[in-house]
Amino acid sequence: MSGAVDNAGVQTDRQIMYREALNEALREEMLRDESVFLVGGGIGRRGGSYKVTAGLLDEFGPWRVIDTPISEASFTGAGVGAAITGMRPVVEILFIDFTSLIIDQIVNQAAKYRFMSGGKGKVPMVLRTQGGSGNGLAAQHSQSLEAWYYHVPGLKLVMPSTPYDAKGLLKSAIRDDDPVVFLEHKLLYMNKGPVPEAEYTIELGVGDIKRRGTDVSIVAWSNMVGRALSAAEKLAQEGIEAEVIDPRTLVPLDKQLILESVQKTEHLVIVQEAVRRGGVASDIASIVQHEAFDSLDAPIEIVAGKNTPIPFNVHLERASVPREQDIIQAVKGSLGA
Amino acid sequence: MYSRDFLEQLYRTLYTIRVFETECIKLYRQGFIIGYFHPYLGEEAIATGACAALREDDYIVSTHRGHGHCIARGGQLEKMAAEVLGRQDGYCHGQGGSMHIADVTKGNIGANGVVGGGIPIGVGAALGIKIRGGDEVVIVFFSDGASNNGVFAESLNLAAIWDLPVVFMLENNQYAVSSPIEEMTREPDLYKRAAGYGVTGWLVDGNDVLAVYEKTKDAVDTCRKGKGPVLIEAKTYRHGGHHVNDPGLYMPKERMEYYKARDPVRIGRKYLLEKGGCAEQDVEAVERQVNQRMQEAIEYAKNSPEPSVEQFLQEVEQN
Repeated sequence: MSGAVDNAGVQTDRQIMYREALNEALREEMLRDESVFLVGGGIGRRGGSYKVTAGLLDEFGPWRVIDTPISEASFTGAGVGAAITGMRPVVEILFIDFTSLIIDQIVNQAAKYRFMSGGKGKVPMVLRTQGGSGNGLAAQHSQSLEAWYYHVPGLKLVMPSTPYDAKGLLKSAIRDDDPVVFLEHKLLYMNKGPVPEAEYTIELGVGDIKRRGTDVSIVAWSNMVGRALSAAEKLAQEGIEAEVIDPRTLVPLDKQLILESVQKTEHLVIVQEAVRRGGVASDIASIVQHEAFDSLDAPIEIVAGKNTPIPFNVHLERASVPREQDIIQAVKGSLGA
Repeated sequence: MYSRDFLEQLYRTLYTIRVFETECIKLYRQGFIIGYFHPYLGEEAIATGACAALREDDYIVSTHRGHGHCIARGGQLEKMAAEVLGRQDGYCHGQGGSMHIADVTKGNIGANGVVGGGIPIGVGAALGIKIRGGDEVVIVFFSDGASNNGVFAESLNLAAIWDLPVVFMLENNQYAVSSPIEEMTREPDLYKRAAGYGVTGWLVDGNDVLAVYEKTKDAVDTCRKGKGPVLIEAKTYRHGGHHVNDPGLYMPKERMEYYKARDPVRIGRKYLLEKGGCAEQDVEAVERQVNQRMQEAIEYAKNSPEPSVEQFLQEVEQN
């Protein structure tokens, strides 16, 4: 593809990395709104372990880009308190695995404050973190835990797959008045994609069709979008045209986009990197079978991670999450091909 | 040295907390209130003395035992009563209840159902103040129970390294639910922990409203000058179990008698009579007014409608 079409239909040839797109989003929002600040471990002087916050300490100073001790629960709670009292913090946790340490502040405090206060309080905070496997980081640094946050009313959940989406969605997440869990993927940071110079945002709750097709719908998010797209290209060589849908935000979920696609293709494959049991894919499947049962020509296929901690060994690691051939196989299974 | 008005205000607050809790316990027994209800009886001097040292634009963070903090921070009795009854006109429209009353526009960030959960939130409010360059102060109320939770250590350290305007007000009522503090930690003087973090730590008699006020005032001044945080340990004792349905059988009788003899409300009354030069009948007039207001609040709460189930279901449909 030469140049890509963004939501507004603007063409651009500027290619930047996912991490650079995130950096631009943070910088632009910090320039736009003095109440936006960043807090987390190693985000200032070090610029973040994936360089997402590189350069921001120099530009905004140590009270807008705040390095912390390894006290996840409390600096996340500090984000919650700052948000309640008028700031717009972006809290960074190094690995989603470590969000186990902040569950009280996210689940019991941030997610519920607006509701418990009868709608009078708000928590305009973003929790940025990254998950996923693929770097040989083993079981405590490779998980896909989006289902934890998907499950909790009061949180929004964003999982961008491209630099363009990452930038536009992070800007919207920062401007949102509710707590937003913003999940990046460690394998995406170096990916390049088209991102226009001009200011834009992407509304939370609006999915995107990454590839048009007529035979089968594939729903995938985060790093699985790329894998679904390459599977779709292989399938196209065999005459199967897959439509790849990236919901981009799991909460709110663009149900309509998925349902319309399924009504067209009559076949649905859902791909998630997270373990199969209790995952978001199961919930999407339940929504689709209930709301588009008559459109379905075959059972919904779910391609998901195995129900296992992520192994260290590279071959075992690869085998524990969906591979391209798993997606191809599931599509063929659905089509009876 | 204290004006009569000031001492009267302190006593009015002490007495209001006492009456609110006592009347709500009656309502609980009559079935008007359900769920958990954690009375602040016996600890009234801490919230009263501490909040008296604050400006209108300062903040507090409260706990599950939070009615006293809310009242001392200027909370409206009728909206509090309606909330603990779960009614539409309550602070949170019946969605929060006793453990979740918040009114951030009045500087009350709110109570909290999780022991220790509010501590980092208060640090965050102070961080926001620091970033904005303001001179407001945050009082974080928490307990001896919470002091053994990891977020206390983390939060004290964060506030210390960032020089945040936080007064950590440790209400040591000597029980974490039912566990006595001397069995839960080897050093029961909890204010001493501050030193390890390079923070000023003070001990105060939590049943003496003027002592609490003076210590808090010093701490608040310290914080306003950018020299915070400060940890204050206020030793006190609950006049009952952990919540209304806990008879507190684990609380030794002699210790209860000792603290009841040092009843914070009675001490505040004595101050108003002796230091304020207030006549007995004038104190009684204050008490009558408070009782009258509480009865009005109860009527208001009882007459407030239940929140609409239909509206609730409509709203959550969009989530």
